[in-house]
Order: sequence, then structure tokens, then C-alpha cells
Amino acid sequence: MWSLIKVELYKIFSRPRTYIAFGAIAALIVVIQLGLKIDGDSYASFLMKDINDTLTVDGKVLNGYLICYILLQLLLVHVPLLVALIAADMISGEANLGTLRLLFTTPYSRTRWVLAKFIAASIYTILLLIWLAFLALFVSMWIFGTDDLFLMKSNYVVLIEQNDVLWRYVGAFVFASFALLTVTSLGFLLSSLSSNSIGPIVGTMSAIVFFTILSTLNIPLFTLVKPYLFTTHMNNWKEFFDIQVNANNEAITGSILNIPKIKTSIVVLTLHIILFVSASIIIIKKKDILS
Amino acid sequence: MSVIKVQNISKHFGSLKAVDDLSFEVQAGQVFGFLGQNGSGKSTTIRMLLSLIHPTSGQIEIFGKRIEKDREAILEQVGAIIERPDLYPYLSAREHLELFAKVRKKKIGEADINATLEKVGLAHRAKDKVQTFSLGMKQRLGIGIALVHNPSLIILDEPTNGLDPQGIADIRQLIQYLAKEEGKTVLVSSHLLSEIEQVANQILIIHQGKKMVEGVTKELLDPEKRIVQIKTTDDANVLKVIAAGRFSNYLLPRGEGVYLKIPTREIPLLNESLVKAEVALLGIETKNSLEDYFLQITSNA
Repeated sequence: MWSLIKVELYKIFSRPRTYIAFGAIAALIVVIQLGLKIDGDSYASFLMKDINDTLTVDGKVLNGYLICYILLQLLLVHVPLLVALIAADMISGEANLGTLRLLFTTPYSRTRWVLAKFIAASIYTILLLIWLAFLALFVSMWIFGTDDLFLMKSNYVVLIEQNDVLWRYVGAFVFASFALLTVTSLGFLLSSLSSNSIGPIVGTMSAIVFFTILSTLNIPLFTLVKPYLFTTHMNNWKEFFDIQVNANNEAITGSILNIPKIKTSIVVLTLHIILFVSASIIIIKKKDILS
Repeated sequence: MSVIKVQNISKHFGSLKAVDDLSFEVQAGQVFGFLGQNGSGKSTTIRMLLSLIHPTSGQIEIFGKRIEKDREAILEQVGAIIERPDLYPYLSAREHLELFAKVRKKKIGEADINATLEKVGLAHRAKDKVQTFSLGMKQRLGIGIALVHNPSLIILDEPTNGLDPQGIADIRQLIQYLAKEEGKTVLVSSHLLSEIEQVANQILIIHQGKKMVEGVTKELLDPEKRIVQIKTTDDANVLKVIAAGRFSNYLLPRGEGVYLKIPTREIPLLNESLVKAEVALLGIETKNSLEDYFLQITSNA
């Protein structure tokens, strides 16, 4: 199995297309970091304008931790689209190229090939996330320094001490990996249904947009299905940055406000991954390879 | 010993019968020529042999094992190219062989890869990306991928497609070398009899998914025998007369018309017996060769 995964990884990283996503993420992050470095103070003043009269914040608000949070808010919505470029091409791209029949005439079952391809696509996804984490978190920490993380939510503010922040990012990135692997598996499923790459790539992107809209609309009819949609859970990495308070309304270091919500989201996303990958295996096993 | 044993396989795509009740056997060490027009069902049959397409009915045994049950053990001993030489444009010839060597269960070293590159004449272009290759070079690399793990059975579907005359001659030579020097069993398909008759010792012709004729190449191409078409207004009666008499063994399968492969000296006797049986005979037309017959049955459809 490992030899199949190595073959798939070799193919993924031999293609120029693979590096588009890495380049796009780097370009976006560098542009945002540069903008905030040059004009960050006015951005921070804009953020604080509603609470300046009631709250005085000491220290450096616009530090590496806040920059990373801002970047994640912006990018974790768009990274799935970049993931789809590779994941949705894994099977359909080979069908289109005609190379699927070369793979399926080797002495390994189709199930093994599909799993190897999914694992390779997942490794690509995780590497993309690590790249994102490196640029968004560590480079931001290096450029902007560190301090307490001050977050403004819709009707309250959260202040997390700087020594209580880093592990939350680790948690958030691990959670984000589940979210992105769900996208990977969805792209993979659509890829197994098609013999050209464009359809599954556009299909994956469309599905994400469609279900994200359903997840955000507050219409009673959709409320019933929302808990089962993967898009409802994909953004719950933010839960790592909601902290419990004691009776004096003081933050409890090392706490998370709603751990069950995170657990539920991970279970729902994992079930989606299993469902999508299993369906891909069944489809490919039954398929006549005509390309 | 049968290396391939195909029994009554059919493949239907909706109402289309791509392969219809086809049976044949390929013996060890044979070069088996699989002939048919484009769209006759050759590639569908080959894909069924390689487990790429699931047959609608029938049974396939390779090395005495059922393909649907022992697929992995069978494919370990099979090398194949199917139709076009589709490859990864961003990889080199060497990278292709290295990748496909990795997905074989036996150990394939650098020396084996170099030997394969030499065998298919690509050693000097080993490091070049496939996107810079001509169709002929891609075809040769495809054959290299089929050979790199030293299989016992080689299945080549239209291996000379897109090749220049020298390329065709090279492939022919390679097939003969593999069969004679290395003792491989080779199944090679083509839509040109002229390509197959020089290398194959057994020929099967299919048309519209059905077996038309099968036999030893030397016998089928025997200049002492002629292929004749009996032209009549009543095919059924002619067939009845032939089936009842001494000429039944010469009958060739055909959808329309009556064809026989018959020793030249017996043609007058055939004529006489048909006249005696008072069939509505329009004439007996002699074909020059198996090529004529092949063209006739495939172009009349």
C-alpha cells in the first residue's frame, strides 16, 4: 500500500499545478501581512472604535496571534477551493489522461488504488494546511511579535493571555484538517463519477458554496438539515478561541467554552469523510474503465 | 497448456452488444493475432481480459485462474498496452518505468529498467519528459511499461498504431523476439491482417463482437486453399446442402452470405454438388486471400 501512496505522491508533486495552491496562499498571506505592517495601526483603531470609550487595552493589539486569526478567518473559506483543484482531479484526471487503465492493470485491487489516491490527496491537503500555518502563524509571530490575543465577537470581547494561545492554534489547525479532508473526500467522490477534471473541480466548489449558503441562511426549513451539513461545522475551529469565565467574569486559562460543539463537529466531518470515500470505492469498483 | 481461456463472454452496453458470445483459447508460447475492424469488440475483449471491464456474461481464465477471483495473482504475470499510449506528460521515460516497477510485487532494479529502455529503443531519451515524445516513442514506452516486470503473458492492443514503417517493423521484431527467445505468450490485436500474419501463429477474426474465423495462420493463409463465396438467392438452402455433405468442414462463419475455405481442387466438386441439389446458384466467386475475406466480411457490415 505504501508503494502505491508513494507513486501517487510522486505524481502529485511532479505536476506544476500542485504548486499553484502553495503559491496562491503565500501570495495572499504576504500581501495581507505587508498591508497590516504598513497600515496596521489604523486598522487596529478601526477595530477598536466601538469599545474605545468603555475599555482600555494595554499592549500590542495587532500582534502575530491576531494577524493569524484574521488570516484564518479570511483563508479557511477559500483554501477548500484550492484543495478541490487537486482532490477532484485525482481519479477523473487519470481517466481523462487515459492512465487509469495503466494503474488498474497492476496487481493491486481498485480499492487499494482508490485508498492510496485518497491518502496521497489527504497528505497534500495537510501539507497545504501546514504551509498555511507556517506563514499565517509563525511568520506573523516573527514579523508582528506576540502579546495577548484580543478578539471582538458579535456581542462580547475575548482576551486570551499570550501563554494560553499557541495550543489553541494547534487545536484549530487540527480541526481545520478535518474540515479540509472533508472537502478532499467530496472532491474525490465527484472525481470518481467523471472522466474529465473540470466537472468535479467545479462541482466541488459549487457544492461548498451551495451548502455554505444553506448553513448560513436562517430559514426554518434549512434549520432541520443544517446540523448534518459539513459546511455548518467547517468553521468551528473558532470555538478554540472562546474561553470560559469564572463567577467574576475572569477568563479561565486553558479552558474552551464549548468542547461538545467541537467534538460533534469532528464526528460529523469524520462521518462525511467515511461516507464520501466509501462511496468512491464502491463506484470505482463497479465502473467499467472505458477511457 | 491454455494461458488464456475465454468461454462465451458477452458485453452489452445498453442495447449495444459490443462482444457477443465469444470463445477462444491462447496456448503457452503462442503469438495470437486478434483481428477485427475498429469497433469490432477487440479492445472491449482485451479490457475484459485485464479486468477493466466486467463481462455481462461468460467466463475468463488466465493461467488456469478465474480473472474475477484471482485478479491480482494473474495481473502480476501480465503486461499490457491498451489502445493509445496514454502516459503522464510531466514524467520522463525513466520515471514511468520506475513508477510502474514500484507497483509490481517482485523486485525490479535499476538494471531491469535500463534493459527495458534498451529493449524498446528509448535509452537515449530516458530523461526526457513524455510531452516531448512522438506518438511512436510513446507507443514504445507503453510497451516498455508492459515489459518492465518480465511478464509471462503480454497483451498488446493495436501496438503499431501511429508508428512509421520502421517503427512497425521494430515492434514486429520485438514480438517475435519475445515469443521465440524469451518464451512469452503474446496476444496482439490489430485491424490490419498484413501486420498480424507475419508474427502470429494463430489468428482469430472478430466482427461486430462475434467470432468470424479462427485458425492456425499457416492453414488460413494456405495458398492451396481458396476462400470462395457462394452467391445464391437462397442462403439457407445452400447452407443445408453444405452442412449435409463433405464440405461442411470448410464453412466459414459469416453473418451474411456463404463462405468456404476450400482446397482449390475441390471447387469444381462443390459446384457440381450444388447444381445437383438444384439450389438457386448465381455463382461461386473466388477470393484471393484471407485478407480479401477479412476485408469482405468487415466492410459489408
